[in-house]
Amino acid sequence: MSDIPNPAAPFADPRGASLLVQDGRTKRRNAAEGRFKLYGIIAIVIGLLMLLTLLFTIISRGTGAFQQTYVTLSVPLLEDKLDKNGNRDLEDIKKVSTFGYSPLLKAAFENKVEAAGIETDLKSKDMADILSKDAAAQLRDHVLANPELIGTAAEFEFLTNSRVDGYLKGRVTRESIANDKNISAEQLDFVDVLIADGSLEKRFNLDFITGADASDARPEAAGMGVSMIGSFAMMLVVLVLALPIGVAASIYLEEFAPKNWITDIIEVNISNLAAVPSIVFGILGLAVFINYMHLPNSAPLVGGLVLTLMTLPTIIISTRASLKSVPPSIRDAALGVGASKMQSVFHHVLPLAAPGILTGTIIGLAQALGETAPLLLIGMVGFIASNPPENIAEGLMSPNSAMPAQIYEWAKRADPAFYERAWGGIIILLVFLISMNAIAVLLRRRFERRW
Amino acid sequence: MLPLVILIAALALGGYFLARRRALASAQGDSRNLHSLPSYYGYNAVMSVAVPALLVLGLWLLVQPMLVQSSVVDMIPAEAVPEGSSVNLIMSDVRRLADGLDAAVSAGALSAGDATDLSAADDLRAWLAERGVAIGAEISPEVLAAAQAYREMTATGNFWRNIVVALIAMIALFLVLRETDAEFRARNRVEGGIKALLILAASLAILTTVGIVLSMLFETINFFNLHPWTDFFFGSSWAPNFRGDSDLSILPLLWGTLYISLIALLVAVPIGLFAAIYLSEYAGPKVRATAKPLLEILAGIPTIVYGLFALLTVGPFLVKVFGRGDAGLLGVDWMSGATSVLTAGLVMGIMLIPFVSSLSDDIINAVPQSLRDGSFGLGATQSETIRQVVIPAALPGIVGAVLLAASRAIGETMIVVLGAGAIARISGNPLEAMTTITTRIVSQLTGDSDFASPETLVAFALGLTLFVLTLGLNVLALYIVRKYREQYE
Repeated sequence: MSDIPNPAAPFADPRGASLLVQDGRTKRRNAAEGRFKLYGIIAIVIGLLMLLTLLFTIISRGTGAFQQTYVTLSVPLLEDKLDKNGNRDLEDIKKVSTFGYSPLLKAAFENKVEAAGIETDLKSKDMADILSKDAAAQLRDHVLANPELIGTAAEFEFLTNSRVDGYLKGRVTRESIANDKNISAEQLDFVDVLIADGSLEKRFNLDFITGADASDARPEAAGMGVSMIGSFAMMLVVLVLALPIGVAASIYLEEFAPKNWITDIIEVNISNLAAVPSIVFGILGLAVFINYMHLPNSAPLVGGLVLTLMTLPTIIISTRASLKSVPPSIRDAALGVGASKMQSVFHHVLPLAAPGILTGTIIGLAQALGETAPLLLIGMVGFIASNPPENIAEGLMSPNSAMPAQIYEWAKRADPAFYERAWGGIIILLVFLISMNAIAVLLRRRFERRW
Repeated sequence: MLPLVILIAALALGGYFLARRRALASAQGDSRNLHSLPSYYGYNAVMSVAVPALLVLGLWLLVQPMLVQSSVVDMIPAEAVPEGSSVNLIMSDVRRLADGLDAAVSAGALSAGDATDLSAADDLRAWLAERGVAIGAEISPEVLAAAQAYREMTATGNFWRNIVVALIAMIALFLVLRETDAEFRARNRVEGGIKALLILAASLAILTTVGIVLSMLFETINFFNLHPWTDFFFGSSWAPNFRGDSDLSILPLLWGTLYISLIALLVAVPIGLFAAIYLSEYAGPKVRATAKPLLEILAGIPTIVYGLFALLTVGPFLVKVFGRGDAGLLGVDWMSGATSVLTAGLVMGIMLIPFVSSLSDDIINAVPQSLRDGSFGLGATQSETIRQVVIPAALPGIVGAVLLAASRAIGETMIVVLGAGAIARISGNPLEAMTTITTRIVSQLTGDSDFASPETLVAFALGLTLFVLTLGLNVLALYIVRKYREQYE
């Protein structure tokens, strides 16, 4: 056919151009195509760039919180200051308040300056001021625990105050402290000398991970540990309540519920609850659990209950999906050998759906772990969670904070040293979230079955 | 209380073995003669013993304090309530005093006889404070008398509670053992019970919704009794004043909320939509498999992180661009503080990108390939196909996704609490700080709140408005998706 010439050429391009050469219209269309594709690429790049910026900000600002500046000092525990009677009676030693210990710190600095031959114009009080306000109390606690040390000189490691710490981390410079009453340029010079001397150094700070929050004046001593326990207590409540209730509800809706208006209402309800703003759950918790049931304010138990209600829809939706993915042949086989409907569900369907349920539960828990807004309303912020609880009951009932609430609390404080703590807290929180999600993904990969 | 629960548990456990043995015995020891597996007879006994007993116990625990409370409240004369206090505060003291005395008796610090003979003169408050029971006010004779009456009534109530509950458990055990024999359909009974439990769990969702609505509705009604509703809905300023006489209008807050949400959507919808289009239409499987989960990480980051990002990174950056006069990047001085509508809106937009993109992605993927093939067959380019065929087909779903994102934005709390500021105003300048409904709920309900003042109660009215608003958007989104969805089969 093709070798027959066709002089009439009825299918020739009406505009008389060749197919091999693009005309203006085609060029425009192709350019539009390229632009459109580019928009898509730009959108994705913006999204990923945002993610990168966010992660970069978190890491660059937060890692500092895991390091803290310490001074090593040999403190003379003078007998005439601490135990005037000399009989090592603990009651007598206790009478010396933390004020009584600050002369010892000054003396320690004086000794240091003398021994190392440091030349400085600073008074010993100003030297002692580079320490955290906690130092005297730390010294006193140690002496009360070891009264036999009185009369000797003991080596101590003290936290420096947040300005000195900021100086070592580059947050505080000689220019930025021009109007700062808490520290002077001379003190920074002294700090430089101590660094050269090797007695002042920045190193890993475990207390940030395990310690308790501290008051406004001592950002250097604040830690996440106690609020972490609060978060764990809440997660325990959520796990114990939300998993069984969620699974039970899903089993009913997926396997037993007749198709009627009550079931419809429940289903619509659940999907709506999943979209209710979290703060509304906080209002519910405040009104029902605290004002009506008189459960203790700020208790992780209440937080856990609120988060349970919030997580339930997530768990129900994912559990239903995994129940649905179990093929009907499994149910039919069970029914065929004489099992009841209930037995087929509990003995066969549920075990097969378990990995999916577990994955959904972990993701729900991760969501609950990062939730802040409802916790603000039930009072889990605004105070200092100072001591770790002694047992589970106290952990559930006594006031505590939670990780995200603690971060919020730090973000609200005036001293910028707390911002570093807040970013550091976010790193800890994200480590938990990432590991939970990673476990969920691994579980899914390991146990997922395609039917 | 604990011994009672242990008793119930013991009876239930005993019932399990007894019923199982009885059933087997009546089947001459051969389980093939039984209607159900032997363990079902046991479970039936456990269920019959524990459920009614625990139900009555729970009800009793709920009702008794209310009854005791209402009869003790009558004992406190009106003149015994000091100025600036309320009967509720006194009652909480009474409760605490009674609990403190009981704790002292059980710890052995006080004999039971001494506890009933105490008089208010003994400086009870200091004595109790030493034992860790803090009482708000001095203990008056009336409070002490009320506390003693409270203790007495509670003790009587507890005594009868134990008797009644134990009796119920024993009678149930007797009854269930009597009906247990080989013919008894134990499995059906047990399964019926389990099903009831499942139904109970499923209806918790309804209970939660009812709880949300009721808890906010009652307080909202209280609020409207104290404050004119016309001011709430149609007033023009928000100026809470804890001495009273506040302006509490929702309009400035609503404006701030909608403005911030609008900016967030202006950021999130184009980026999210184009990302979704690229991922579903252009991207190869490899790009898709990496970019999609990476974008979705943005959705998994807690909102407190975004809040901090807004307050400490984006806000100062915007100030550097739009503020600081000549020292700034643009040399203008339009922005003074880090918190602003733009700050919160931008960051919220970032948060919503994966929300829009994931939902749209699913919807675009659901458009059948035949539509695209038809379009290609007519000579359309890929982008023409997407714009003129795929997007129109997916439009209801995309609108639904945008509405869901809007409902998310309106209800978002942490980003606006940290990034939007606290000043209620209606203004068009996105570089000014404004405040939102959620921020005000947080600020009115944290700290010392007095649940009798309109300044606190307004938070419930705001919460209810928020709930209705987001619920409306969700329902609308579902409606649009269902009504206009194309059915391809």
